[in-house]
Amino acid sequence: MNKYFKHSAVLLTTVSAIGLASHALADGDGFDLSGETVEWIIPFSETGGSARWANFYAPLLSEALPGNPTVVVTFMPGAGSTRGANHFQGLEYEDGTTIFGSSGSTQFPFLLNDPRVRYEYSDWNVVLASGTGGVAYLPADLAAQLEAGGVDALLEENFIYGSQGATRLDLVPLLAWELLGLNVEPVFGIEGRGDGRLMFERGEANIDYQTSSSYLSGVVPLVEAGTAVPWFSFGALDADGNLVRDPTFPDMPSFAEVCEAAPSCETSGPAWDAWVAFFTAGFPAQKMVFLPAGAPQEAIDAYSAAFRAITERDDFAEISEARLGVYPQLTGDAAQVALESATNVPEEAQTYVIEWLADRYGVVLQ
Amino acid sequence: MELFATAMPALGDAFGMILNPVVLGYLVLGVVMGLCIGVFPGLGGIAGLSLLLPFMYGMEPLLGLALMVGMVAVVPTSDTFASVLMGIPGSSASQATVLDGFPLAKKGQAARALSAAFSSSLFGGLLGATFLTFFILAARPIVLAFQTPELLMVTIFGLSMVGILAGRVAIKGIVAACLGLLIGTIGEGAASGELRMASYDLPYLVDGFKLVIVGLAIFAVPEIIALLRQDKAISDRQVLGGGWLTGVKDWWANIWLSVRCSLIGVAVGVIPGLGGSVVDWIAYGHAVQTSKDKSQFGSGDIRGIVGPESSNNAKEGGGLVPTLLFGIPGSGSMAIFISGVALLGTGQIEVGPSMINNNLNFTYAIVWLLALANVVGTLICIAAAGGIARLTNIRFALLAPFLFMIIAFAAFQSRQSIWDLVALFGIGLLGILLRRFDWSRPAFLIGFVLSAPAERYTNQAYQIASSRFRRSFEEGLDYIFSPIVIVLVIITLLSVILGLRQAKNIQAEGDVNSGGKRAPLLFLLAITAYIAIAYTDASMIPDYARTDRVFPVFVGTLGLIGCALLLLKMRLKPETDPLFADREVEDSESNAYGLWATLAWFGGLLLLTALLGFILALAVFLLLFIRYRAGKSWGFATLYTAAGIAFICGMAATLNRDFPPGLLQSYLDLPWPLT
Repeated sequence: MNKYFKHSAVLLTTVSAIGLASHALADGDGFDLSGETVEWIIPFSETGGSARWANFYAPLLSEALPGNPTVVVTFMPGAGSTRGANHFQGLEYEDGTTIFGSSGSTQFPFLLNDPRVRYEYSDWNVVLASGTGGVAYLPADLAAQLEAGGVDALLEENFIYGSQGATRLDLVPLLAWELLGLNVEPVFGIEGRGDGRLMFERGEANIDYQTSSSYLSGVVPLVEAGTAVPWFSFGALDADGNLVRDPTFPDMPSFAEVCEAAPSCETSGPAWDAWVAFFTAGFPAQKMVFLPAGAPQEAIDAYSAAFRAITERDDFAEISEARLGVYPQLTGDAAQVALESATNVPEEAQTYVIEWLADRYGVVLQ
Repeated sequence: MELFATAMPALGDAFGMILNPVVLGYLVLGVVMGLCIGVFPGLGGIAGLSLLLPFMYGMEPLLGLALMVGMVAVVPTSDTFASVLMGIPGSSASQATVLDGFPLAKKGQAARALSAAFSSSLFGGLLGATFLTFFILAARPIVLAFQTPELLMVTIFGLSMVGILAGRVAIKGIVAACLGLLIGTIGEGAASGELRMASYDLPYLVDGFKLVIVGLAIFAVPEIIALLRQDKAISDRQVLGGGWLTGVKDWWANIWLSVRCSLIGVAVGVIPGLGGSVVDWIAYGHAVQTSKDKSQFGSGDIRGIVGPESSNNAKEGGGLVPTLLFGIPGSGSMAIFISGVALLGTGQIEVGPSMINNNLNFTYAIVWLLALANVVGTLICIAAAGGIARLTNIRFALLAPFLFMIIAFAAFQSRQSIWDLVALFGIGLLGILLRRFDWSRPAFLIGFVLSAPAERYTNQAYQIASSRFRRSFEEGLDYIFSPIVIVLVIITLLSVILGLRQAKNIQAEGDVNSGGKRAPLLFLLAITAYIAIAYTDASMIPDYARTDRVFPVFVGTLGLIGCALLLLKMRLKPETDPLFADREVEDSESNAYGLWATLAWFGGLLLLTALLGFILALAVFLLLFIRYRAGKSWGFATLYTAAGIAFICGMAATLNRDFPPGLLQSYLDLPWPLT
């Protein structure tokens, strides 16, 4: 579709991408997308968090890119986002009208050597990295026990947790429960984190977590009503890569603090390292925007500049707070650094998690 | 009383907000767009809302809501056109309407069927809105009372509708439902991610089949092929004059049925997790069960239209409850609706738990915009019904290629892969055979639709219940046998017993004569073979992933027992028994063309698409089909092809969609729409 407008303008003179490039260069204005349609591929369905994130950025991106192209979000769900990513891997850079939005659920199969992964992050060119956080919460009665007796008071409890699958982003909370020594039985097969929250509201699940934006919109009213009590946030990384409190929830202890305080939990050793590695891969740079392999520096710069312009808008804090939370939206070199920390986990952490998945859940990634 | 004190000012506020010419203008705009998209089978709210989404950013909230609600509300109204006129379920909401609507159209009573459907839709929509106005304040605890065991029971209740729709040989219906359930399990298991009847080398199967494709393949493809083979118009009678008034009277005569089915629609819509895809079947089953004379169901009973159509618009209202109160979308279109709402204005409306406390006036505005959109949509549809009904008098050979083009386009939207078309064709073939040998297609579809929820809720309920039992025996029992579960069990049992006793009288797809023994036996053997393979495949899932094994193995066992019984019966019964129903024998006189010759046209389109891409293949197909099959001149065929291609390109351009590429496109970089 995106090629329709493009070619209707250029078709008469030339069809090939080379012709298009020379046409653009001849104008001497570098990278210009006037009259074009940028297709933003999201490897999930219209319903998820990635859709919300892309729908938030799309109109702003249209305003910020040179030539104000139309930006449309196209959804290509399937195989836990690996289908869309594999598709994007097969694309060559043509004219900068195709971009891809990945998520933690795209990163994890990559890190866990999922057999379906045929993509390679290092081939792509990152132009934006959006972070997020997560908050774990409990029902009021268990929160009271925790208040009275610390984490030790919860070790006897039979926890039920609604989960989308152990190899998805849920890996991070599942590992967290494991580190704390909680006896948590994940109920797999829920369709989204919203369903997990509903399960919690119905009283069937008694521990849950939500990403920051869902926590703000879906759980805070429950906290106000007294049916849910926040326990900890997963935390955030500061500029030096240290785990600190989540700036969106400054009053909430981070997971590191909770683990530190709990006798059953240790902030060292292979399990802890694995948690930190996968948290880093899944949250501080959860969603990223890429140009395909072979993109010229000119196009990368134009997109980076456009995203930077968006995040530097005067009203950005105001319009983004409700939809994205207060998290870094990284461009340029910072995005590159974030990409590297998100797609490279130490080999020990990787091996630990693959073995843990096999032992604990019988998940064999072959 | 306290409820009224909160509700009334907000309600008044809401009416003040929506009864404003600009808002109403946007509503009408949304309705018209919704009608245009909903008329095409397979395209519905998701396609429409995706189209609107880019315009929502920063839009005045009320105007944006009017536009989106207008669009969502009328899809279940306008999709009735395809269901009644062509026998193609316009969307998952009007599958059951096909059963009686299409036979009426064949009898030349399309206008009557349509206006009865529209009146019922309107009434359902309005009743749903009225009910919601009061219910929405008290809905939260009720929705939360539906825990996993309750959801499982509702699913099983839905499955029990198979009993009513099983056809003349009950076991055949049950096996058809088992087949549907098994086909629904294809792909990655929801619980442990084990593959069933799929392989990572065929990524398409890993995600399983989508309802759009299965629905179109099971109902639309067989109908199109069957009509084409007869080579005449859908209805050989003249359209009855003034039929639409008769339809309204029909609806009025069945007003209580309409009331009951509307309430069923709201109730099922309110429960999150099931979506609306079964509500029309439940309403249809209810209409059949509560009617004294059941002989006409399946061959054109107006009550078979009033029931499902009343429920499917009411369901949209009910579906707002989980959407607005919990932020859990009840359907795909509701999910986009939620992201659309987040884009409106400065994002001050946040769908979710705070909706009632902070935005009650917006909540009511949405509910009543929905009702108003129903009114506007129905009026437009009734006005158009008489004219559109004339489509049934066009020679079908001229209509079929166009319909097939739209269906293929809609199917391709599911996954944007050429495999979408292969799946449409393959399952379509299954549909043709099910129809031919009188295996209940509704039973198959109900099985397919409920496969995923049945498996999911069984596993989850089992897991949570085990945890409760570990805590204490009483707690476990309380969890499983809640009052709601017990009531649902009783209703389900009653429905099954009544259904099976009455099933013989209800021929959801008309009467079919019996033919020779050979063909029906071969088909049964083929089904048995598939079920056996699926059973073996599932039983090889290792122990650590047993949650993905239990369900297909259980259904497979059931299916195999059914097949064994059928095989035994086939040995014992004479070939005149309904067991050996074969439409091919019955229709042999009216069929002008052979099955395979007709299928070859569409097989050819598929093959050409794989080679040349959709648009080029379509051009060749349309041209040759109109010239040789329909016997028109080259000039006419060229015009037809040009119009068809222009139409589909226009639609794809508006909806911003691509077409399936073929082998050619991997070598040559062609401009859109040839990509």
